[in-house]
Amino acid sequence: MRPTVPKLINILVPVKRSIDYAVKIRIASDGKGVDTNVKHSMNPFDEIAVEEAIRLRERVPKSVTSITALSIGPAKSVDTIRTALAMGADSGIHITVPDNTVVEPISVARAIKAVIEKRAGGADKVDLVIMGKQAIDDDSGTTGGMLAGMLNWGQACFASKLDVADGGKTSVTREIDGGLEKLEGQLPLIVTTDLRLNEPRYASLPNIMKAKKKKIETLKPEDLGLDFAARLETISVSEPPKRQGGGKVENVEELVAKMKEAGVLLGASGVNGDLRPRSTGGWGGKQGALTVQQCTRPIVVHWHS
Amino acid sequence: MSIRTIPARAIKTAVAGSSRLRHVLVTGRREYTSYNAAVAGLTPEQEEFRQVVSDFAQKEIAPRAASIDKTNQMPEDLFPKMGEMGLLGVTVPEKMGGLGLGYLEHTVAMEELSRASASIALSYGAHSNLMVNQLKRWGTPTQLDKYLPKLLTGEHVGSLAMSEPNAGSDVVSMKTKAEKRDGVWVLNGSKCWITNAPISSTFIVYARTNKEGPPSKGITAFLVERGFKGFEVGEKLDKFGMRGSPTAEIFFDNVEIPEENVLGEVGKGAAVLMSGLDLERLVLSGGPLGIMQAAMDLTLEYTHERYQFGKPIATMQLMQGKLADMYTKLSASRAYTYAVARACDAGNVSRQDCAGSILYSSDRAVEVSMEAQQCLGGNGYINDYDAGRLLRDSRLYTVGAGTQEIRRMLIGRGFNEVFAKAEGKAIAQ
Repeated sequence: MRPTVPKLINILVPVKRSIDYAVKIRIASDGKGVDTNVKHSMNPFDEIAVEEAIRLRERVPKSVTSITALSIGPAKSVDTIRTALAMGADSGIHITVPDNTVVEPISVARAIKAVIEKRAGGADKVDLVIMGKQAIDDDSGTTGGMLAGMLNWGQACFASKLDVADGGKTSVTREIDGGLEKLEGQLPLIVTTDLRLNEPRYASLPNIMKAKKKKIETLKPEDLGLDFAARLETISVSEPPKRQGGGKVENVEELVAKMKEAGVLLGASGVNGDLRPRSTGGWGGKQGALTVQQCTRPIVVHWHS
Repeated sequence: MSIRTIPARAIKTAVAGSSRLRHVLVTGRREYTSYNAAVAGLTPEQEEFRQVVSDFAQKEIAPRAASIDKTNQMPEDLFPKMGEMGLLGVTVPEKMGGLGLGYLEHTVAMEELSRASASIALSYGAHSNLMVNQLKRWGTPTQLDKYLPKLLTGEHVGSLAMSEPNAGSDVVSMKTKAEKRDGVWVLNGSKCWITNAPISSTFIVYARTNKEGPPSKGITAFLVERGFKGFEVGEKLDKFGMRGSPTAEIFFDNVEIPEENVLGEVGKGAAVLMSGLDLERLVLSGGPLGIMQAAMDLTLEYTHERYQFGKPIATMQLMQGKLADMYTKLSASRAYTYAVARACDAGNVSRQDCAGSILYSSDRAVEVSMEAQQCLGGNGYINDYDAGRLLRDSRLYTVGAGTQEIRRMLIGRGFNEVFAKAEGKAIAQ
C-alpha cells in the first residue's frame, strides 16, 4: 500500500556520538577494541545530515514542520543531541544505554523504526530520515539500508544533493563509482549523506545557549520494546602490519612476477596493456612484499603481455 | 586460490583514512593538548564554552596563523566569523544581543583564540573588551543602539585610543584636547599604538577637556567614527610580533564630535579609563595563557618525536626539567588568572590582582615560549615551526595594557594605600 503523500514534512535525523575524527586511535589494553577515553563528537556524516535537514527547512520553510535529532547511546550522547539542537534541530530523543555498550547497526535500525512507528499516524509522523552514510568508528554503513528494508521505504544512499518539492516529490543525486546517479521518488524516504552534500555550520554560542531550552525526550530501550543484546563478538583488534620497504620494478612483467612471488596476485586477464589499480587496495605482510601507493588489500590487475 | 583473510578491525583501521573527512582536516590542528580541565576548575557550561571556542579557533584560525604572521595581514573574514559565533559580545547582556556571560568566559575565549593565533586574539581582545565592554559599561541607550549591533556582528571593528607619542605610562598627561565650540566638541591631537586602527570603524578616544585643574580630573572619553571629517589613520606599523593585529597612529585635525558622543561624563574620563584598564588587564591575561599552552603543546609533541641517542629527547632529564618548569608556570598563571576572573564576576574587582594576573602571566609567557624555542633546537630557529612566532607575540604583553613596571608600581602602591589609610596618613608618592 502506498503511504499517502504528506504536505508538511517531519524530518528525523539520527546522530551518533563517536570518537572525534582528529583523535589518534590506539588499541585498548584488552586487545578487543580501541581506547575510548578520548575526545568524542558527533559523527561527521551525521553533522552533514543535520545541516541538510536545516538547509531543507531554509529552502522550503512552509513544508518542513519539525526536525528531530535522535541518538542511541550513553548519558554523554545528550551532548551530541544538544549540538544538533544548537545547529537548528527543534527537539531531541535520547535512547539511553549503559556506558561502553556497543549498539550494533541492526539494533540501531530497529530502534529508529520503533521511534518512527511510535509516531505513525500522528501530527509528528516521520516523513524523511536523513542520516550519515556510515559512522567513523565502525564504518559499517549498513544502518540506512537496513532501516529502509525494515520500513519498506525507498532509500537514496550516498546523497550529494537532495531536493524535496511540494507534494513530497524527492530528487536525490548520489555519487557512485561510475559517476553521478539521479534518483526520483516520493516521501517517505531514507537518505544517507555523503561528504559533498554540504559543509556543516558551526553551532554558534548564542544558539548553543538557546538549545539548552529545547526539549530532549529520554527513553530506555524497554520503553520501545527493544533489545540491544549483541549478536556479534569482537575477537580481537590489532593494528595493521607495519609497512615494509618497497622496491622499484622496470616493467609490467617484473611487477607481475613480484606480485606472484608475494602471493597476492588474485587473478589476471589479458585485456589491456596499462596497469591501473581498479580499487585503492594493495597488500602487505610478507617480507619484501611490494607496496603500491597506500595499498592495504589485494588488488586485481588486468594486464596484457 | 585462497583470499587471505585480514582481521576485520585491521581493515577498518587501515581504511579509516578514507572515511575520515580529509577535506575538513586542516594542517594547523593539533590533536593533543595538555590543558588540564580538571585543574582549571571550569563549570561544565564553561568547559563546553571553551571547547566550542577551541574547535572554532583550531579550525578557522590556527591553520592560517603562520601566514598571517608572515604577511602582516589579518584576514577580512575573521571578525564577521567571530561575530557569527557570538564571540564579540561575551560580556554584553543577552537582551542587547550578547551572550551575557562573565569575565571568566571572556578570558577563556581570549585564551583559546590566543592559542590558535596570539595576534588575532589581541585584535579580538581590543575589540571585544577595550571597545565593546567599555561601551556596554558606560554607553547611553542611544549610543548602544547606534554602535553596538554592528560591533557585535563583526561588520564594524572597534578600537580604544588613549596612549600618545609622549604619553604612555604617564597616560594622564595626554595632550590630545577637545574644546567645546558652538555646541560641538572639536578634537585635536594624535594617538599611537592603536590596535585595529587600520580596520576599525568605531573608536573610543580619551582627550583632555579641562585645561585647568589636576590632569586626572580633566579627561573625557568620546565615541569617534572613522568617517568624521578631519580624522585620519596613519600607516600600518611593521611590528616585531602580533603581526596579524593591525596597529597604527591616528590623527585628529579639528574633528567635530556631537555632544551625544561623550562616553560617560565630561571630566570623568579617567575613571572610565582606569576601571577599564583593570578589566582589560584581566581579560588580556588570557593572551599569555594561550601562548603558553601553544608553546607547551608544541614542545611536548616535538620532544617526544625527536630522537637522539636512540630515545626521545623528552626522556632526558634536563629536558624533563624544562617541560616541568614550563608546565608549572603555565598552570600557576592560569590558576591565578582564573581565580581573579571569578572574583571579578562575583563583583570583587581588585586593581592589584588584575594587574598581578597579567604581570605574572606575561613574564611567564616570555619565559615559556623562549624555553619552547630552546627545546626545539635548530628547528626552533626556523619559521617553519611556531616557536619563534610564539616568543615574538609573547613580548607584547609585557608592555601592552600597561608596562610591567607600571603594573608593579600599582600593586606596591596599592599596599602603601592600605597601610597609609590604617595610619590616617597621606600616601607617599
